[in-house]
Amino acid sequence: MNQSPSKSLLSIEGMTKHELEEILELTDTFDEIGRRPIPKVPALRGRTVATLFFEDSTRTRLSFETAARRLSADTMSFSAGSSSLSKGESIRDTVEVIEAYGADLLVVRHPAAGTAQRIDNWTNASVINAGDGCHEHPTQALLDAYTLRKHKGSLEGLRIAIVGDILHSRVARSDVLAFSMLGAEVVLVAPPTLLPPSIEGWPVEISYNLDEILPTIDVCYLLRVQNERINEGLIPSVREYVTDYGLNVKRASTLPKDALICHPGPTNRGIEIEAAVAADPRSVILDQVANGVSIRMAILFLLLGSGRNLMEDADVEVNQ
Amino acid sequence: MIEKERGQAPPFGGVFVAHARVLDSEDIQRAIQRMAHEIVERNHGLENVVLIGLQTGGVVVAEMLAEALKEINGSHPPLGTLDVALHRDDIGMRPVMPEAVTDISVDLDGATIVIADDVLYTGRTIRAALDALCDFGRPKEIQLAVMVDRGHRELPIRPDYVGKNLPTRKDEVVDVSSEGVDLGRIEK
Repeated sequence: MNQSPSKSLLSIEGMTKHELEEILELTDTFDEIGRRPIPKVPALRGRTVATLFFEDSTRTRLSFETAARRLSADTMSFSAGSSSLSKGESIRDTVEVIEAYGADLLVVRHPAAGTAQRIDNWTNASVINAGDGCHEHPTQALLDAYTLRKHKGSLEGLRIAIVGDILHSRVARSDVLAFSMLGAEVVLVAPPTLLPPSIEGWPVEISYNLDEILPTIDVCYLLRVQNERINEGLIPSVREYVTDYGLNVKRASTLPKDALICHPGPTNRGIEIEAAVAADPRSVILDQVANGVSIRMAILFLLLGSGRNLMEDADVEVNQ
Repeated sequence: MIEKERGQAPPFGGVFVAHARVLDSEDIQRAIQRMAHEIVERNHGLENVVLIGLQTGGVVVAEMLAEALKEINGSHPPLGTLDVALHRDDIGMRPVMPEAVTDISVDLDGATIVIADDVLYTGRTIRAALDALCDFGRPKEIQLAVMVDRGHRELPIRPDYVGKNLPTRKDEVVDVSSEGVDLGRIEK
């Protein structure tokens, strides 16, 4: 059955264009539910979704929990800071405990790349990678693609600039893979120190000059300047970064009129994006947040509710 | 319509083969005309009446009813579509189809809803539709119009307006389109 993907969603790498498009198309169905007076359907009644966050998050966690509740799933939530991890319990034991409480799906965020993959090997529950270190953040890439598709009709032929700390960004990695698979042309714009050394082989164009790129693009995707990186010596100073790569009103005026401005959040106003630009009509930052719930509903439904298990021993008579 | 739904939905996964034509397109038009008159009669006009076609087979029936009601009344009632896939009790046995759109833009509080579907069988689709509609508001009344009632109900649900009562065996399948009603079977 085409609506039964593998057990888990761990990365955009390894997915096919067809799979991405299937998720994007199905998301329209769930987007409509969000606009109902009572935005809830019983599709995942009796299923339990656990969020395991070993790293702080506002929107990703709230977005997954909202998505799960709109599908009538129960939610459990685990944060590293307030758990027995601080007493020395291992991740594996933690996962086994959560599974013993009946979790059908684990949403995992961890500062180390590959953690979601390891957890997936340990458990029978489905796993969604909600960000693992500098590796991937596949649901962010899907919601970004969905947002662009909603505004532009399709990603085919769009020219998208991703601006900022590419080196440490799991969002950039997932976005590059998803956008290019869906037919967009991706330009990475960053100081050389913030580009990964292994950039060769990526399906992208590289630029160190934001001003040159802005008039030529359909989408300007800004990444957060992670405060924790500023002291690592990779950029001379915040001020210099703002001068060269910050999207201010003057720079935004050189963007085409129908271009879109995206940001995965949380934004550092005044650094990568000026406050007035975040309020520009071309900014779809809050749209991205709202679409995050719809895309996560579609993914939860595909992994838990599309009946993979039911189908296996189905002995159903033809039902009108 | 039916081929598409079943083609995507194992364990059915076969092709619908018609064995007998039960109603032709003129019969369908006559049935629609009669049901439209019954709707007007029962509700003393069309005030507050809203037609909701169930995705996917019921949408055509709702559209045909709307057309007939327009001829009787001058204008047709608000028309919506509803996909009950996510409200079903056998969820997972059928695909959720992105093209089956739910579109209800009219306020359902206090409305008299007429649900339109192609075939009434176990009643489980209608149960799901009743649940779903109550998430959109508090209708005054919900009525049910079906082109074919084929029996074999598993829930206490009955139609208010019926195009054709058609006794069937459980292994048969009824296909409704604007061209006609066919009785047949799914063959691998």
